[in-house]
Amino acid sequence: MAQKKGLRSSSSDDPEELARVPLQAVLLADSFATKFRPITLERPKVLLPLVNAPMIDYTLAWLESVGVEEAFVLCCAHSQQVKDYLNKSQWMKQQGTFAVQPIESRDSISAGDALRAIYNFGVIRGDFVLVSGDTVSNMSLKEALQEHKERRKKDPLAVMTMVIKQSKPSSLTHQTRLGNDEILMAIDPDTKELLYYEDKTDQSQRFITLDKMLLANTPTLHLHNDKQDCYIDICSPEVLSLFTDNFDYQHLRRHFVKGLLVDDLMGYKIFTHEIHSSYAARIDNFRSYDTISKDIIQRWAYPMVPDVQYFGSCSQMKLDRLGIYKAPEVNQSRTAQIRAFSLVGNGTTIGDHSEISNSVIGQGCTIGRNVSIQGSYIWDNVIIEDDCKLSHALVCDGVHLRAGVVLEPGVILSFKVEVGQKIVIPAYSKVSLLPQPSKQDSDEELEYADANSGVVESPSITSIVNTRNVDPVPDSSDAEHSDTSEVGISGVGYIWLTSEGGHEEEWRHSIAPIPAEKLMEFFLSAHADLEVSNQDVNSLPASGELQVDSESTGFDDGEDYRDSADFEKEVEATFHRALAGVNQDNVILEINSLRLSYNMSHADCAGSLFYSIMRSALAFPHSCNRELLLNTGKELGRWKDLLKHYLKTIDEEIEVLLKFEEMCLETAKEFAPLFSAILNHLYEKDILSEDAILSWAEEKEGADESDKIFVKQSEQFLKWLREASEDEDE
Amino acid sequence: MPDVQALVNDFVLKLKRRKIEGSHASARHTAELLRSVISHQRMRQTNQAGALIDAVKAVGEQLIAANPVELAVGNIVRRVLHIIREEDLSSTATAIEGLGLSAGSDDDDEGQYEDRPALSAAALAAAARSTLRAPSLQTLLGDIPGSAVTPQPPSSWGDSEGKSKSDKNLRSRKLKHDVIEAINELIQDIDTCHEQVSEQAVEHIHQNEVILTLGRSRTVKEFLCAAKEKNRSFRVFVAEGAPRYQGHVLAKELVGKGIQTTVITDSAVFAMISRVNMVIVGAHAIMANGGVVAPVGINMVALAAQRHAVPFVVVAGSHKLCPLYPHNSEVLLNDLKSPSDLVDFGEFSDCMDFGSHGGSPLLHVVNPAFDYVPPKLVSLFITDTGGHNPSYMYRLIADYYSADDLVVKQRSTS
Repeated sequence: MAQKKGLRSSSSDDPEELARVPLQAVLLADSFATKFRPITLERPKVLLPLVNAPMIDYTLAWLESVGVEEAFVLCCAHSQQVKDYLNKSQWMKQQGTFAVQPIESRDSISAGDALRAIYNFGVIRGDFVLVSGDTVSNMSLKEALQEHKERRKKDPLAVMTMVIKQSKPSSLTHQTRLGNDEILMAIDPDTKELLYYEDKTDQSQRFITLDKMLLANTPTLHLHNDKQDCYIDICSPEVLSLFTDNFDYQHLRRHFVKGLLVDDLMGYKIFTHEIHSSYAARIDNFRSYDTISKDIIQRWAYPMVPDVQYFGSCSQMKLDRLGIYKAPEVNQSRTAQIRAFSLVGNGTTIGDHSEISNSVIGQGCTIGRNVSIQGSYIWDNVIIEDDCKLSHALVCDGVHLRAGVVLEPGVILSFKVEVGQKIVIPAYSKVSLLPQPSKQDSDEELEYADANSGVVESPSITSIVNTRNVDPVPDSSDAEHSDTSEVGISGVGYIWLTSEGGHEEEWRHSIAPIPAEKLMEFFLSAHADLEVSNQDVNSLPASGELQVDSESTGFDDGEDYRDSADFEKEVEATFHRALAGVNQDNVILEINSLRLSYNMSHADCAGSLFYSIMRSALAFPHSCNRELLLNTGKELGRWKDLLKHYLKTIDEEIEVLLKFEEMCLETAKEFAPLFSAILNHLYEKDILSEDAILSWAEEKEGADESDKIFVKQSEQFLKWLREASEDEDE
Repeated sequence: MPDVQALVNDFVLKLKRRKIEGSHASARHTAELLRSVISHQRMRQTNQAGALIDAVKAVGEQLIAANPVELAVGNIVRRVLHIIREEDLSSTATAIEGLGLSAGSDDDDEGQYEDRPALSAAALAAAARSTLRAPSLQTLLGDIPGSAVTPQPPSSWGDSEGKSKSDKNLRSRKLKHDVIEAINELIQDIDTCHEQVSEQAVEHIHQNEVILTLGRSRTVKEFLCAAKEKNRSFRVFVAEGAPRYQGHVLAKELVGKGIQTTVITDSAVFAMISRVNMVIVGAHAIMANGGVVAPVGINMVALAAQRHAVPFVVVAGSHKLCPLYPHNSEVLLNDLKSPSDLVDFGEFSDCMDFGSHGGSPLLHVVNPAFDYVPPKLVSLFITDTGGHNPSYMYRLIADYYSADDLVVKQRSTS
């Protein structure tokens, strides 16, 4: 049903596309996440100022600049505020080619719901751009749109084009820049089709699982971890109907994209478009807020920079040397210093000996004397009294910091919070006038919950605060009476309990720079990654380091003994993973790639694999030789096919025999008495052919006596073999 | 005049969003916009010039604020203001003249007024410029509203009621008409400035010379092509003009016209300058002191040229002539563009890792759009009115602008 609908609408679109369809956009004015709490309890995220202009202005300005003619702003949480803002702003007044239309959908609690609401409105007629209201970009969409349209003409199943951007290929950068998890994508380099998408890579697990059909169906495939998802999508109208048909699609990436990629019934395809010189990023959490603010100040988002007045609404800024932006009416004391990469808004007063660096300060703020502000974001009409110290904090509108307040890194002060004298707010705390709602475990909930529902009663908050020991000054009695005394005498506000992830996660998404020890951890894990990959199949760095002499064939042990020993170890490790349940096909694949990277022959593989199998048999507990024999038999039976894969010719079989002999002599003497029995077993299981065994015996004829132990041991078996072959000959 | 307001807003937005860039385009658009502002301005009976000036100033202020880097916008606003003043003056002069005549012979006053419009506004303006220099200087010194009003009373003085009314109607239409005529001429000037500049090419480019230029300027291109069309054979070195590499485009165009062209890197300019006979570059704006705001890299070329005593010639249309001095506070001399022209964001994303270096970025990429070349490095300006010395610029500017308009800002009274 769903399919039909989608297909029908697409086929009816085709003639329409020849006639011009205005380019439409859907802007989700809600992130459906709680990462910006407690601020988003009072104001929707899209209206939060980013370098003194609301985020939604950046997104709308971008949409207009790429030639979007109709933009539908889907308001969910705080819909009234968003609508009011839009009505006041220039976007609604403006005549001309760009029309903004707010659509209200209060009960949507996820992106999926929102898109279903859009579908019900029936306003989308053709391809549309899907963005979230917190996207900052200056890219041109022309090329991507063109590509999308052309693909659609050829293949109506290409429903979506995702915009991606290159960023440094290390897990470190992803986390430290935008606070995101590493994103892993598999892209077909020719068609740019997205084949695999994973944004929640598990750090503990160092491998990913790809469907083998994926590898079978596409001749080439690039696996990227150096791409940044810009969260800008060009969608066909089918996307909306897909959402409507699948009620369980909530999250755009986690459910929708992955759902489409996994589902091969309907065969919908997603493509990617990579941008190079232009900028695109989405503000997902406080860390990306910080990073993107700095990118804007460093003018990556040009022309969306403060001194260009792209949005018209904000006051004129002047750019001085070293990235210092100043509004015309800043009242700055002569002894106050504004350092590099800072922005000071209109009507702000800065007192004597104050220092500001790497910070954004809004309009109408009053900053007292000897204040130090570092890497912080201070919104409008904030009063900061003398001797305060702020580092890497976010301070919302109307906050009042009394003299001597210290904000440690990562502190968030929500609207109109007041902090009493000489209070130290500990790192990563969030302070709000509103009490914290009760714990909700899902992070897919609304930005905004009713303030009355699910609020933890204030006593528990006080207890929290007491245990956290925020207030070094003993509370005076009258302060005790008020519920909101946690931030000191004459302070107003609740300190929030750290969120679900606990302290562990706080540093990751905070404005504060990452603590040194965490960075160390990162580096270590990154290096561990390298080591693992050394041993792993993806031996990209390994091959470079370890491939000493690629010319040697690996037969002469003397020279590249270490190589073959390494190789053996690797194969054994691979085999152990096979024991742990990895698919046999994958094991073959891995061993093959190892073979290539170490420049080994098939015979080596067979030998090493055999060695591994025997080792594993040996690893089973056994009390007597008989039991060992049994185990060995079992193991060999189990891995026969695997081993057979490498035993294509007699040479390899002989190699296995030689290996076995060597084992019995050196590493695993337990097998020595069982040699002939196992040999027999190998023969019976069709692992070794009689020709191989016989030629092995022949080879040994001329060898030393010591080498002949096993030939002698298996004399009987050999004899039988010879007779059998003679019988056959007759 | 709601439609005009919409036009103004539209243009302001376009300027703000940098959708209109380049001095030629923005100058032309500004002139056209001001023309429609003036034609929609309803004329009052008294102080018409003052009303026009106020209207233009109100719009002009918005335009200038929209993109302060685009100095051509301000130039055109000031030129239009100057045109209004001149036209007002010349019509006042004719009125006085007419009055003088009518005082002599009362009968044929109608004929006098019929004759006047036959004279072109430009001729009148030129006449005003040459003959009425002294009164114009006086008005320059005086206050604007006052200066605009003071010439008014004498026109109606000693006349009968009915006559003065019809006279005023006529005059009001005439003033507006004249101003619009003059603006049309200005637009035409802007359009044809390239041709007028390039007409002089043969006088400057000689046989077998080597010319060096940097980046791409349309005026330079036309100038070189004009010389080629006159069968001069010469070679051109084009410095590519990183990071926008407009020089590559210019090289293509020159080769298309059959000019021997060599593309060099910007850094090779000094090595090549000794072989060059003349440097010809375009400009973003020419300041009142003869300094030049030009695409980035040109100051280096000018210094190299000075070192080897190579003439450094700047070609520019007169709309690029800016009456401001580079030390004026409101002159924003530069525009810092996106660093993505210089470095690839993806490659450098780890250098802008704010989380790990104590929160402050260690990498700062600066990408300025313009250079300032001091007047002493410029040998010659070639504008549509001919070749000029840098020290002569202030004089040229006095011809085009009136001193009252240097600061286009509404008085606190409005």
